[in-house]
Amino acid sequence: MGYTVIEKIIQKHTQQKVRPGRIVWMTLDVRSARDFGGPNVVKHFRREYGDKPVADSKKTFFTFDLSVPACSLKYADSQQICREFARQKGIKVYDVDEGIGSHVLIERGHAASGSTVVGTDSHMNILGAVGSFGQGMGDVDITFAFKTGKTWFEVPETVKVILKGEFNAPSSAKDLTLFILSKLGTREAALKAVEFYGEPVKELSLAGRITLCSMVTEMAGIVGFVPEANDRFLKEIQDLSGVEYRPLTADPDARYAEEIEIDVSGLTPKAAAPFQPTNVKDVKDLSHVSIDSGFIGSCTNGRTEDLKAAADVLKGRKVKQGVILKIVPATRRVYSEILKQGILDDLFESGAVVSNPGCGGCAEGHIGLTGEGETQISTANRNFAGKQGKGNNYLASPRVVAASCVLGRIASPEDL
Amino acid sequence: MSEFVFKGRLWVLKDDKGNLIEDIDTDQIYHNAYLHITDISEMGRYALGNLEGWKDFPSKAKPGDIIAAGRNFGAGSSRQQAVDCFAALKISLIMATSFGAIYFRNAVNSGFPVLKCAELEALAEKEHIKTGDRVEIDIRTGKARNTSTRETFQVEPLSSVQRQIYEAGGLFAFAQRMEER
Repeated sequence: MGYTVIEKIIQKHTQQKVRPGRIVWMTLDVRSARDFGGPNVVKHFRREYGDKPVADSKKTFFTFDLSVPACSLKYADSQQICREFARQKGIKVYDVDEGIGSHVLIERGHAASGSTVVGTDSHMNILGAVGSFGQGMGDVDITFAFKTGKTWFEVPETVKVILKGEFNAPSSAKDLTLFILSKLGTREAALKAVEFYGEPVKELSLAGRITLCSMVTEMAGIVGFVPEANDRFLKEIQDLSGVEYRPLTADPDARYAEEIEIDVSGLTPKAAAPFQPTNVKDVKDLSHVSIDSGFIGSCTNGRTEDLKAAADVLKGRKVKQGVILKIVPATRRVYSEILKQGILDDLFESGAVVSNPGCGGCAEGHIGLTGEGETQISTANRNFAGKQGKGNNYLASPRVVAASCVLGRIASPEDL
Repeated sequence: MSEFVFKGRLWVLKDDKGNLIEDIDTDQIYHNAYLHITDISEMGRYALGNLEGWKDFPSKAKPGDIIAAGRNFGAGSSRQQAVDCFAALKISLIMATSFGAIYFRNAVNSGFPVLKCAELEALAEKEHIKTGDRVEIDIRTGKARNTSTRETFQVEPLSSVQRQIYEAGGLFAFAQRMEER
C-alpha cells in the first residue's frame, strides 16, 4: 500500500514502519523555540540536563518574533534568558530584528521539502506550504527535542481535499482559505493531515500556499500540503531559500481517511466574523459593519505579495480619517522587498503605520492591541475573544482589509 | 519497576441522564483560576472541579481508582495541570473513547497511563462497566476485566513508544535513558 505525503515524510525520519494511528519515534531536522515558550525550554533543560549539550546545535534555533523588540519587561527577560543559553550551547538566534520564525526558517532554507521541523508556535505547520512537516509543540516536547533531536508522533490519517472550478481577483488565497475553512469546519480535518489538490491551489504562489496551510490549524488539522506545484512556484521557492525544491507527491495507491470535493467557482471575498475563524460570511453581507482599525500582516498574510495586494488597493487613496491601519511585514527580507519595490511608499502615503517585522497584532506584539469596543479587520488567522486585545476582530484578505480601511467599514476593493 | 497491571475502583464519567460525557475540556478538568499552583500535591483537590455533577470527585476518589471517559477527553488548552491533578489523587489510569491531542501528549510525556478504548461507549451504555465496579487492566496487553461483573473487554495497550516513556518515568527521564544506552 502506498504512502500519503505525511506518511512519506515521517517514514524517512523513523526506523519504525509507518501507518496511521501508530506512534513512532521520529528524527527532527530542525527544532526551535520562540520568545514565548523558549524561556521554559531553557528552564527545563537546565533543571533536567544541567550543562549537557543539545543534540546538535546546528539544527537548533531560537526565533524571536512575538514582542520585537521587547515591549514588556517579561519579554525582555525571556529573550535574554534564551540568548544567554544560546551562547553557551552554540545555538543560532534569529533575534528581534528578523521576523516571524517559521517564515525565517523557510527563507534561510532550514525548512526544506521533506524535512521535519518543530517549534513553540501553533502555526509551525505553515511549513507544509513548502512540503515540510512543521509542528507546533509545548515547552516539554521542545526541551526533549533540543536534547535528543527526536520526538514521538502518532502518524495521522490524511484527508484529500479536491478543489474544483476557478476563481479570479478580487478573490484571493485568503478568501479561498476562509471558504475552505467554512466548508471543513473544525471536525472534518481534526487531528488529520490534509492534502489539497486541483487547479485553484496548484496555481497558488508561496504566499498563497502559506495562507492556506497556516489555517489548517484553525481547521484543527495537523498539517496541510499542496503536492502539485507549477514551475513558477518551484523557481520562487528555490530563489528565495537557495535550496533545491523537490516536490513531494503521494503514491497513487495512498490511502485516505476521506476525499472531499469543494467547488470554488464564483468565489467571492469573505470575512470571518467574531469570535470564530469558521464564522465565515460574504464581505458584501458585512458592509454595515464600521471599523476602527485594520491589521495587515501575521504568518498567514505577511509576505511581500500580500502587502503588494494591499498597496495596489491603497495606492493614490487615503485611509479614512479616524481609522488606523497597522501593517507588519513577516520578515526583514519582506521589509527589504517592499522598501525596494516602492510598496512601502504606497502604504506609507495612504496613512498606514508600517512597523518592523514580526508577529505584530496576534501576540500582544509591538503593533499594539485593540481596546474594548474597538472593531478591527485583520489578515490574521484567529479572531477568538481576547486574541488581539479586547476588541472585535474580523478576519479577511489584505485587499479587503485595505479597502475597509479606506471606507471605514467592511468592504471589498470593488466598493471603492 | 513500573507497574503494568492495575486493579481499582472505576469512575465512569456520565452526565445526569446517564450518558458518557463527551468533549470534557481542560477548564472542566482543572479550572484556569488555579493555574498559578505549581506544587502537584496541591492540585488534586481541583480535579474535575468545574464539571457539572462531578465537583465532589476529589473528596470521593481514592488512590488506585480508574477513570473511564467519553470522546475527546481533555479537549482545549495545553495546561499540564489537567493531567497532574489526577496524578496528585493517585488515579492509576484514564481510559477514554479518545483524547484531546495535546492532553494525550502531556499525559504520555509525564508518564501517566492514558489508554484509548473503542468500545467504551457501548460498554458504558449497556452498563457493562459502571461507577463503583472493580476493574483489572493490563496496560501491556490491553486486556481488561470487570471483576464485579466478570465482563471482559479490550483497551488499546500502551504503544511501544508510550511504554518506553512510561517505564522511564516520563519524557525527560527517557532522554537520560537514551543517552546511557
